[in-house]
Amino acid sequence: MRILKDHFRQALSRTPFHDRLRERSATEEWMSWNGYKVPRILDKLSREYFAVRSGCSVLDMTPMEKYQVTGPDSRLFLNRLVTRNIEKLRPGRVTYVAWCDDDGKIIDDGTLFQFSDDQYRLCSQHHQLDWLLISASGFDVDVQVETHDVAALAVQGPTSYAVLTATGFSGVEKLKPFDVADFLLGEIKVSISRTGYTGDLGYELWMDPKDGAEIWDAIFGVTHLYDVQPMGLTALEMVRIEAGFIMPGFDFNTAESTIRDGYSRSPYEVGLDWLVDLNKGHFTGQAALAAEKQRPLKRKLEKLVVEGNKPVGESFIYNGKKGKRCGEVKCTTWSPILKANLALAEIEYTNGKRPSDLWTQIDYKRELKWHTTWAKCHAQSKPFYQPKHRNETPGLE
Amino acid sequence: MTKGIDVIVIGCGHNGLVCAGYLAKAGLNVHCFEANNSVGGMTAPYDLGDGYETAGLATVGYPLRSSIVRDLNLREHGYQPGPAIDTISLADNGDHLVISEKEVLSNNIPEDEANRFKQLKADYREYAKKLEPIFCNKPPRLKNMDWSDKFLLGKLGWNARFGLGRESMYELLRVAGSNIYDVLNDSLSNEQLKAAIAWDAVLGSAMGPRSPGTVMTWLQRLGGELNGPLHQYCDVSTSVSTALLKAADSLGVTVHLNAEVKRILTQDSKVAGIELANGEALQAKTVVSNVDPRTTLLRLVGAPSLDAMFAHRVSQIRGQGVVAKMYFALRGQPEFPGLNDSQLKGKLLIAPTMQYIERAYNHSKYGECSEAPVIEVTLPTTHNPGLAPPGANMMAVNVAFVPYRFAGEPEREALVKKTIAKISEFCPKLESLIVKHRLLTPKDIEQRYHAVQGHWHHGELTLHQSFMMRPLYGAAQYDTPVHGLFLCGAGCHPGGNVTGLPGYNAAKRLLKTRS
Repeated sequence: MRILKDHFRQALSRTPFHDRLRERSATEEWMSWNGYKVPRILDKLSREYFAVRSGCSVLDMTPMEKYQVTGPDSRLFLNRLVTRNIEKLRPGRVTYVAWCDDDGKIIDDGTLFQFSDDQYRLCSQHHQLDWLLISASGFDVDVQVETHDVAALAVQGPTSYAVLTATGFSGVEKLKPFDVADFLLGEIKVSISRTGYTGDLGYELWMDPKDGAEIWDAIFGVTHLYDVQPMGLTALEMVRIEAGFIMPGFDFNTAESTIRDGYSRSPYEVGLDWLVDLNKGHFTGQAALAAEKQRPLKRKLEKLVVEGNKPVGESFIYNGKKGKRCGEVKCTTWSPILKANLALAEIEYTNGKRPSDLWTQIDYKRELKWHTTWAKCHAQSKPFYQPKHRNETPGLE
Repeated sequence: MTKGIDVIVIGCGHNGLVCAGYLAKAGLNVHCFEANNSVGGMTAPYDLGDGYETAGLATVGYPLRSSIVRDLNLREHGYQPGPAIDTISLADNGDHLVISEKEVLSNNIPEDEANRFKQLKADYREYAKKLEPIFCNKPPRLKNMDWSDKFLLGKLGWNARFGLGRESMYELLRVAGSNIYDVLNDSLSNEQLKAAIAWDAVLGSAMGPRSPGTVMTWLQRLGGELNGPLHQYCDVSTSVSTALLKAADSLGVTVHLNAEVKRILTQDSKVAGIELANGEALQAKTVVSNVDPRTTLLRLVGAPSLDAMFAHRVSQIRGQGVVAKMYFALRGQPEFPGLNDSQLKGKLLIAPTMQYIERAYNHSKYGECSEAPVIEVTLPTTHNPGLAPPGANMMAVNVAFVPYRFAGEPEREALVKKTIAKISEFCPKLESLIVKHRLLTPKDIEQRYHAVQGHWHHGELTLHQSFMMRPLYGAAQYDTPVHGLFLCGAGCHPGGNVTGLPGYNAAKRLLKTRS
């Protein structure tokens, strides 16, 4: 593990890609992600957004929390940790997982990489070391933080495969969705997984921080062939909502961050029921989740398409126009590619059923004057945007 | 023989046997498994060899609760509380202080001080009496209360308000979380007298008189006094464990000795059975463990089979033993100048002041053993000469505070020397009488009695580990998150000492959950 020294002299740490990002930053709009200084928007949001949807974008995702799990009991440990059955996970594969506290409330979600029989990496949004160490008691495993030891880039978009191939990574076409393998670029080892948070074709590159700048330069060395744009977190927020991906801690409270009873959420309540295997043997939260499953569902985080072109704000959801309040919007975006207002909203269920007629009230400004209007919402079960090329192998040329 | 087992009880300490007895009485087929070759746990006889023995690691205590004695017919099975004894606090000048449970017997204390003691004791016995309902029932849940929880809380409130009266209730609430040092200084002035009481409050715990919560531990000890006076365990034939074994036997309980349980088998957070050290596996849907909660849940069940935070909280249960036991085989009768023969039958205490106890405790916090330990001496042979060869004597000694971490051979020798030297200040010829000795440090107690970290009470009796938090919330009503697994030992409410109450409460709870 990297020993942080003098880090406190800087309010925010710099990733290995920071110098490159600063060169590209026209707006100087920075924000903090997990203690790192990252761009909110680099130059123009629309350019960044359309790069993901119709070209190739590169996101510095070094601040992601990363944990190395090794040792003979790794699989047992991980299967007791997460709600999903990972018995079928194999070396070279990645899977999406969530984990709960004893009460069956989500602590965080993330991706789990298997490299060899007893070597794994768990990536998450929030810091998990304490929970992982608490969970490790009684297992022969070693858990190490590698957040600051592994630099990561997300290369996403319809041309991402073509960009990586042009960059000089050979064999990327063999990667099926959720595969991970090691590649060489010259002498530099880069681990590439076919994963992402954009809902498009995409890859994530994992490397030693010292090689970061060189890999960045190599990728941006193909801009004469392809449009490759660096991306900030605002564009990422747009595309992840389009893809229907949830964000613990933003769309719902994580179990360890709530104080009040009833404010944390179970996998069933955020639409992750497909991630829970109650029959896989004991795992943390199993009993609580089994009991919850017996009861009618109380609420659910739903994907909503909101009619009209007025942007939805932080607002309530009502059952019927001007009806009874039955939920609240958690995050929204205008989707340029779908030409629609999208929202993730938590809807209160009655007797285990979603209210049938969902509406929201939108307050909007026209020439600095406030207006209000009502818009009907349509709940979706599928991701809003799910291009076919996302799962095609090899990726688009 | 083991077909159709309804309940498996792991560990045959007195609580395990009480629990087994009640369950069998309710018609269940109960099998008990004990790792050692005799039942009774810390109340089982201890053989020193060459004809020297004692009635148990527990040397003094209060009679078992009368309702348990009655329900299990223990009198018929030979149970007889030992002879009542006094506490004698030894003084350097030979002017020893003698106190019974209710009053000062020696005349070396001013009369008004003796009266204040009498009043204090009467007041606190009254508090203990009013708290009794909470000790004899499962601790009430504060969330999701059932009818019996509400009834119990109501009864407690009624007892406190109308039983004690407004003034006394305020006083009880004022001192309940407080330390015995302040309370005694408020009421009494004689240092030796205060130390003798304070010792009762901290005995067996990693607490000094100034530790918060020591008023509560004293009240718990007084709860024992309500069943009868302090007595010595000195006759195996009439002991708690012997009678309980006979009672269990007559109720149809099957007891397996030398049958160490290695694992409690679980499937999907449900009990499936047990696995013995010899590899044999037995199926059962209900297992009651008399073993301490930490060993039961982390070693027998195993942290991987529990939810992570629950397992973590179990691992954080506080309870490191701080009392060492020393047995001395003596070739003659020890003489304590200033004590007559009948006084030798009492509990002899070396703890001149509360400050002395506090200092002895301080060392243990840092893994050291004080040069001036607190020592409690009993001579079981003064009551039952049969425990030693003719003319010889047994001396059983509690030494506090001996930290759990303390284990090396040189330290052991030094501790024995230190103890002999300290007792010799009051019994000058002791060393010449010693035939042999045996030292049980908390580590030895852990090994022999399978009590984690050698703690008498299976877990510190602090406020944060009492009532609905004993041993920890989520398992405070004798059932655990592992469906079908119950706890019935001293680690549960109401805690340690030879009361039988954890076993009784656990049986009651188990039967309720089955009905």
